[in-house]
Amino acid sequence: MKVKIDSERCQGHGRCYDLAPDLFGADDEGYGQVIGDSTVPEGQERATSLAASNCPERAIEILQEA
Amino acid sequence: MTVDDRFSRDFQEMRADRPIGTRNEIVTGPVSDWATDFSHTESEWAADPYRIQDELRQRCPIAHTERFGGGWLPTRYEDVAAIAYDTDRFSSRAIIMGNFRPPPELAPIGGSPPISSDPPFHHHARKLLLPAFTKHAVARREAATRAFCHALIDALEGEDVVDAARDYAQHIPMRVIADMLGFPPEDGPRFRAFIEGVLEGVNLPPDERLGRMDNLFDYLLAQIHDHVGNPRDDLTTYLINVEFGGQKLSSSHVAGTMALLLIAGIDTTWSAIGASLWHLAKTPADRERLVADPGLLPTAMEELLRAYAPVTMARLVKEDMSWNGVDMKADDWILLSFPAANRDPAQFDRAGEVVIDREVNRHAAFGLGIHRCVGSHLARMELRVALEVWLERIPDFGLADPAAVTWASGQVRGPRTLPLRIG
Repeated sequence: MKVKIDSERCQGHGRCYDLAPDLFGADDEGYGQVIGDSTVPEGQERATSLAASNCPERAIEILQEA
Repeated sequence: MTVDDRFSRDFQEMRADRPIGTRNEIVTGPVSDWATDFSHTESEWAADPYRIQDELRQRCPIAHTERFGGGWLPTRYEDVAAIAYDTDRFSSRAIIMGNFRPPPELAPIGGSPPISSDPPFHHHARKLLLPAFTKHAVARREAATRAFCHALIDALEGEDVVDAARDYAQHIPMRVIADMLGFPPEDGPRFRAFIEGVLEGVNLPPDERLGRMDNLFDYLLAQIHDHVGNPRDDLTTYLINVEFGGQKLSSSHVAGTMALLLIAGIDTTWSAIGASLWHLAKTPADRERLVADPGLLPTAMEELLRAYAPVTMARLVKEDMSWNGVDMKADDWILLSFPAANRDPAQFDRAGEVVIDREVNRHAAFGLGIHRCVGSHLARMELRVALEVWLERIPDFGLADPAAVTWASGQVRGPRTLPLRIG
């Protein structure tokens, strides 16, 4: 499972780093960033999908690996 | 620092060349039909806008009014989102729907940047504010906010009935914003008058309304002069000194942004804290569950923000156009109701209920798109701390007199009188 933030859509609501702080962080202006590479560590799948489904701007994309 | 020329003219002089906008006839009184004559300033709306909005969503779903010189009220999430994202066709040069429209030349800056700004200027004005309002930056204020909340509760000692809006909720954002701007904390009661003047006085005669606005800017100018003479580590000094594109901000930009932070930073959070306490006071099951399981609060808080979103914005239509089946005219208002969007059953299951453990909650309480509330992280911190401290100190409370609760009318809605029986 991989995750990415569409920086064109992200407006810095911060729901992702509220809900999944191990996976997402904020830049100096509060916009969301994926921490590390885009691979979701095992055990973080639920937090990732929670973050994606709570993003008001629909800026988080989850890519399921084949 | 000696004299800063930007602030040497007083606002009396600046007023003389204030751009002339357009005024319309002020229409007040009971609404005949909410689909064709809506008004967000009538008491029926203040008491319960949700019933009205739910009905309109079924019937219209975009309501119209001839009041305020003409305007539209979309009630579906999809339409509210589309307008929030469409900064090409909808301008933010005025964001309080009333009986005065500033002239088109005021765009793209507007009177209180960045909330009143359109692209591309908006981006630069907003960028200046973002670092001070990140989650990380506002976390530094949490300990002081918590201590202040405890002090407010200490002062209620011995009372059986307290007004949670007047004696608790309103003071929290007033103190936080006064600290951030570097204003004297004892000026809180004046802030309340400014807020009422700007947000709740929309149907006053225009000259009286302008007069109230002038009082606010006179106050801000006095604060600016004080900070020019005695610079310190706060947002006022920051705005006076900050540069973009190699230039300091104009005096009207500095004062307009200060006005925005003062007004938008107080009324909104005060409303969110009050509405949350009102809900918990009348819903013992939710209150008891949160007292027993404080870890649920962050989730519950988002649901309370969805269900009782305090803030409605406005836009002005830029050009005549047909939009989703209605004929909009240039300069028509759009009353952009995030509260209505948040209760659209097409977007939320059990939209009309408060489900305090709702996990998927893509609500729009802080807006959508480029104007996302710049203070949202601050508001969330204040709301969380205010509720944590209240529930810890006063776990048992209920409405003392449901009929005595009053709500602010206009675009920011929350309890202004909230008598609670405690203990």
